Amino acid sequence: MKIKLARLKPAFWGHKDHASSLRKDALNFKALWYRTVFFTSIAAVVPLLFLATIDYNVTKRAAESEIMLRTGRLVSNTRRTISFFLEERKAALDFIAHDYSLEDLRDHRQLASLLAHLKATFGGFSDLGIIDMAGDQIAYWGPFGLEGKNYGIQPWFRNVVEQGYYISDIFLGYRKVPHLVIAVKKPLPDNRFYIIRAAIDTDRFCRILAQMKVEGNGDVFLVNREGILQTPSRFHGDIMGRLDLEIPPQAPATRVYQCRNARGRPLIIGYRYIAGTPLILMVIKEKQRLMSPWHQTKSRIIWFLGFSVFVILLVVTSSATYLVSRLYEADKQRLASLQQMQYANKMASIGRLAAGIAHEINNPLAIIAEKAGLIKDLFQIRGQYQNDRRLLSLADSIMNSVSRCATITRRLLRFARNDDSRPEPAAVGQVVEEVLGFLNKEAQYRGLDIEVDIPDQLPPIVTFRSRLQQILLNIINNAFAAVPDCGTIVIKARDTGSGNIEIQIRDNGAGIAAENIGRIFEPFFSTKTDRGGTGLGLSITYNLVQELGGSIRVESRVGEGTAFTVSLPKKIDSSGENVKNENLACR
Amino acid sequence: MKILLVDDEAEFIEALAERLALRNIEAEWTADVDQALEMAGQKEYDVAVLDVKMPKMNGIELKRKLQVIRPAMKFLFLTGHGSGEDYLSGADEAGSGNYLAKPLDIEVLIRIIREITS
Repeated sequence: MKIKLARLKPAFWGHKDHASSLRKDALNFKALWYRTVFFTSIAAVVPLLFLATIDYNVTKRAAESEIMLRTGRLVSNTRRTISFFLEERKAALDFIAHDYSLEDLRDHRQLASLLAHLKATFGGFSDLGIIDMAGDQIAYWGPFGLEGKNYGIQPWFRNVVEQGYYISDIFLGYRKVPHLVIAVKKPLPDNRFYIIRAAIDTDRFCRILAQMKVEGNGDVFLVNREGILQTPSRFHGDIMGRLDLEIPPQAPATRVYQCRNARGRPLIIGYRYIAGTPLILMVIKEKQRLMSPWHQTKSRIIWFLGFSVFVILLVVTSSATYLVSRLYEADKQRLASLQQMQYANKMASIGRLAAGIAHEINNPLAIIAEKAGLIKDLFQIRGQYQNDRRLLSLADSIMNSVSRCATITRRLLRFARNDDSRPEPAAVGQVVEEVLGFLNKEAQYRGLDIEVDIPDQLPPIVTFRSRLQQILLNIINNAFAAVPDCGTIVIKARDTGSGNIEIQIRDNGAGIAAENIGRIFEPFFSTKTDRGGTGLGLSITYNLVQELGGSIRVESRVGEGTAFTVSLPKKIDSSGENVKNENLACR
Repeated sequence: MKILLVDDEAEFIEALAERLALRNIEAEWTADVDQALEMAGQKEYDVAVLDVKMPKMNGIELKRKLQVIRPAMKFLFLTGHGSGEDYLSGADEAGSGNYLAKPLDIEVLIRIIREITS
C-alpha cells in the first residue's frame, strides 16, 4: 500500500535527491501546489456553496409560503361554508318573522309545520320557539318541552334585543346536549317585539369539519373566544374541552402564523373569526410533515452538492498536480540547461586557463630542453666530456623530464582545446587513451585493472572530438567512482556494421538499483549528493551523446556492475545538431 | 642553407641557433621582429622559423611581411600551443604540418627544414 501511495505522490513533492545548492532559485512547488489547490478550490466551491445556500433559503421560504397560502385558503373556504350555513338559517328565521304574524306563529300546528319545513329544506334545526318581550317562551315546538321557559336573564336575550339577531356559541343549555342557538328579533308597532329562536344541531358542524381532509397531520375545528372547543379536535381536545393553545388575537381577515406546541413541535396555524358569531375557525398543521417533501429534496441536493464538491476538488487537485508537475519539469529543464551552460563555461574557462598555463610552461620548458640539448651537443659533438657518462646521463635525464612535462602539457592542451567549430576524424582508441592518460595515476594507486579492447582497424569517426572526450571522461569517471579498489573496468569498441560505432564501458562496481536506473539521465538525479554529486554528469553526457547524433543505454545489476553503451554515427550530420527524439527510446 | 630564427624567448632561440650551428646548419637568430625584417632585407635566408605568439607582431603577420621581402623564403612555425586559434592559424598559414610545438625535438626540426627546402 505504501508503495502504491508513493507512486501517486508527484515528483515535485520532495526533491531531496537534487543537489540543494543547485536548486536555490527553484520554486517551492509544494507551496505552489497548496496555493493553487486552495485558491482554485475556493474560487470553484465558494460560489457553488453560496448558490446552494441561497437556493436552500429560497426554496425553504417558498415551501413555507406555499404551506401558509394553502392553509389560508383552507381557512377561508371553510369559514365561507360555516358562515353560509349560519347565514342561511338566520335568513330562514328572518323570512318566517316577516312572512308570518305572531298569532300564526303562536299556533303550535303552524310552528310544527314550519319546523318540519325547515328541517326538510335546510336541515340542522332541532326545535323552534317564540319568545315575548319579557323573555317567556310563549310558543315552542320541539322534543324538549321548553314552552313557558323564561330567558329574560340570559345574556343572549339581551344581545338579540340590542342587535336584532344573535348566534350563540355551542353550549349544553337546559337540554344538556351541545347545540347553538340562532335568534331573530321581529319588531312590532308601539315598540313591541317578539323573538323567533331556533336550536341548531352541532352534529352538522362536526360532519362538515370532519369531512375535510387536512394535509400534514392537520386538524380543523371551531373554538369560542374563551378557548372552549366547539367541535371535536383530533389532537387538541374534545368538544366543550379547553384548547391547549393560546387563542389567537382578533383579526378582520384570515391569518396564518407559525408557533410551537407544548412539546416544542413547530405548527402552522390558520384562523378566522367568524363575523357575527363568537366562533373562531382554526386549522392547525404539523410543519415538519408538510415540509417533508422539501426535506427529501434538500437531502438529495445536499448529497449532490457533496458529490459536486468532491468532483471539483478531485479535478482541481488533479489539474494542479498536472500543472505543477509540468512546471516542475520545465523548471528542472531550465535549471539543467543553466547548469549545463555554467558547466560548459566552466570547462571553457578551465580550458583557457590550462592552455594559458601550458603555453607559459612550454616556453621555459623549451628553454630548458634547448639548454640541456646544447649541453649534450657540446659534450657529444665537440667531444668535451664525451667520456663522462654521468654528465651525459644527467643531460639525458633533464631532457627526458622535459619530454614528460611536454607530454603532459600537450595532453592538457589537446583536451582543453575547445575546437568544436567543425567535426573532425577521431580515432576512438586514441581518444580513450587520452582520457585514460588523466586517470592512469589513480588507477595505479587503487590497483584498478583497466582493460582496453579497441581494435586497431576500427575506423575513425567524424565527430566533435572534444564532446566525445567529455562523454568518455564522464562515463569512465563514474566507473572509477563505482568500482572498489582493485576493481576492473573494461572499455570496448566495435563497428556495428550499421553505420555506427559502439563504445562500451563496463565496470564490476556496486551497480545501480532498479528503481534508479530509469532516472539516472534526469538532471539533478544523484545518489551521491552527500559526496558532492550534482546529478548533472550523466544528464550532460546524455545531451552530448544526443548532440553527436548517438544514443546511450545502460545495463546494471546491483552487486555485479554496470555497463554504459554509447552508440555514435561514424559520421555526424553536417549541421552537428541532432534531433533528440530518437534517443528517448534508448533510455 | 641559411635559417632565420625569430622568437621573443631569446635564451631559447639562442640555444637553438647554437645547436643548429653545431650540426653545420647556418642559423641566425633575433628576438625582435623589426630586426628580423631588417635581417631579411639585408641577407637571403632559405627558411624562417617563426614563433607564432610574439609581442609587437605575431608570427603570421611577420611571415606576410617577410614574404614581401623574400618571396622564395620558406616558413616554419613554432608554437607554445597556447590556444586553439594559435594552433589553427599557425597550421593554416604555414601549410599542412609546417608547425612544431615547443619544446622541440631538434632532429624533427632539421628533418622538416630539409623537407620544405628540398
